[in-house]
Amino acid sequence: MPVFDLATTELRALNQALHALDKSGPAEDFEVTNPRGSHAVAVGIDAPVNVTIDGSVGYYCAGMNEQATITVKGNAGPGVAENMMSGKVVIKGDASQYAGATAHGGLLVIEGNASSRCGISMKGVDIVVKGNIGHMSAFMAQSGNLVVLGDAGDALGDSLYEARLFVRGTVKSLGADCEKKEMRPEHIELLTKLLADAGITDVKPEEFTRYGSARTLYNFNVDNFDAY
Amino acid sequence: MCGIVGLFLKDKSLEPQLGALLSDMLVTMTDRGPDSAGIAIYGADQNNLVKLTIQSPDPETDFAGLTEDLRKAGITNASILPKSTHAVITVSSDQLEATRTALEELRPDVRVMGTGSVMEIYKEVGLPKDVLERFKISDMTGTHGIGHTRMATESAVTTLGAHPFSTGSDQCLVHNGSLSNHNNLRRELTREGIRLETQNDSEVAAAYLTGEMAKGKNLGEALTSALDDLDGFFTFVVGTKSGFGVVRDPIACKPAVMAETDAYVAFGSEYRALVNLPGIEDAKVWEPEPATVYFWEH
Repeated sequence: MPVFDLATTELRALNQALHALDKSGPAEDFEVTNPRGSHAVAVGIDAPVNVTIDGSVGYYCAGMNEQATITVKGNAGPGVAENMMSGKVVIKGDASQYAGATAHGGLLVIEGNASSRCGISMKGVDIVVKGNIGHMSAFMAQSGNLVVLGDAGDALGDSLYEARLFVRGTVKSLGADCEKKEMRPEHIELLTKLLADAGITDVKPEEFTRYGSARTLYNFNVDNFDAY
Repeated sequence: MCGIVGLFLKDKSLEPQLGALLSDMLVTMTDRGPDSAGIAIYGADQNNLVKLTIQSPDPETDFAGLTEDLRKAGITNASILPKSTHAVITVSSDQLEATRTALEELRPDVRVMGTGSVMEIYKEVGLPKDVLERFKISDMTGTHGIGHTRMATESAVTTLGAHPFSTGSDQCLVHNGSLSNHNNLRRELTREGIRLETQNDSEVAAAYLTGEMAKGKNLGEALTSALDDLDGFFTFVVGTKSGFGVVRDPIACKPAVMAETDAYVAFGSEYRALVNLPGIEDAKVWEPEPATVYFWEH
């Protein structure tokens, strides 16, 4: 198993080795030690590789990921799994702001808390946060699912499009055009699958509340004409 | 962008290492701001003495014979310790204002960076490692300190525009962000009699806190008022004689990471700044919440 010690190896050597992997496999296991808060660890991978990072990372870890399974045994800085396309990213600790921003696919699991703007402009990714999320999360979220086992901060889902938000705890406030919605059987089914994918067995989907777009911002309202 | 760091020691045995630990933290943040760097160190209290950290664009000329000139001007027990472009003048605490006045007459080009019974401030244009080396910061002992590496946005790249800013005795502030109501506030603070030296937005924040504390607020209360009265982006780290505070604006887009152990409280713009601290592996590490005041007092 290739091991990259970032205390003695350039970050670029790690990322180039990951970029050189064959897209169609076979799956390999990589280990990264001493990340010490480095930026851009394991970004831009497009291969079915398992990367385990022993420690905390800085900005943009696992950005643009395709296919890879990346596990961070520590905290992640801003922008973890930004623009992920597919694969799975697991953060054992907390994640800083805009986790999973603009991500199109794959699964991001944050076992601790995520701070502000989690899932901002998400475009199809599934995000599961075991702890709480900060303010302005899922701002302009377009599609995908955000599942929060704890509480959500202010202005959840502001200017939301078609992403589904499931929160088990309290929501400090909802953003513009975000509203509470009914949990129908298909949502219970979806949530059951998402929790299972995230390895969560001790929480029932019925404990969550669903939030989504009220869709009042989709079209121009002529009554607002004077405001422009 | 800007990088800020802070270290508040709880364990006295770490005090001889304060300068070295803080220097390492600040150098790690170099790529967040290459324009200027600065550090404030809180050292030992000397009974009835006060320190003025001064800076000169021409230190050889300005600092030569300054002790004698100050003594002749009536500052009888003035002593001066030059360090590169800066010097620390020590005088009796009742002669602080007289020393300031004397300096204005004797050495008009000299600027007072900060005053206080324990605080010294060193800041210059250039990369953190060069600035820290120039002032031998890593040899300094102290109880707490804050540092800053600047990417200039709101005012020119000059020594006076570098952080930390000190606008009150033993008070200083470093800032990552940009304020949008600093011009109005500067006018109001000037009217209240607070002295501002630059056009910099962060100096206004420092002066605002000085003004609030002068009204009797403690550091925590002053930081709470700042959330109402300062508009713009900010993560502040603030030092007082015995205190250390952190506050972020409600949007909180300027990064911040904190770590606490039995031995210290540490602040970094990024986790990278904290990785060499002793015992960081077992520290409580967290991101300070938006619009929430954190402060510690010795």
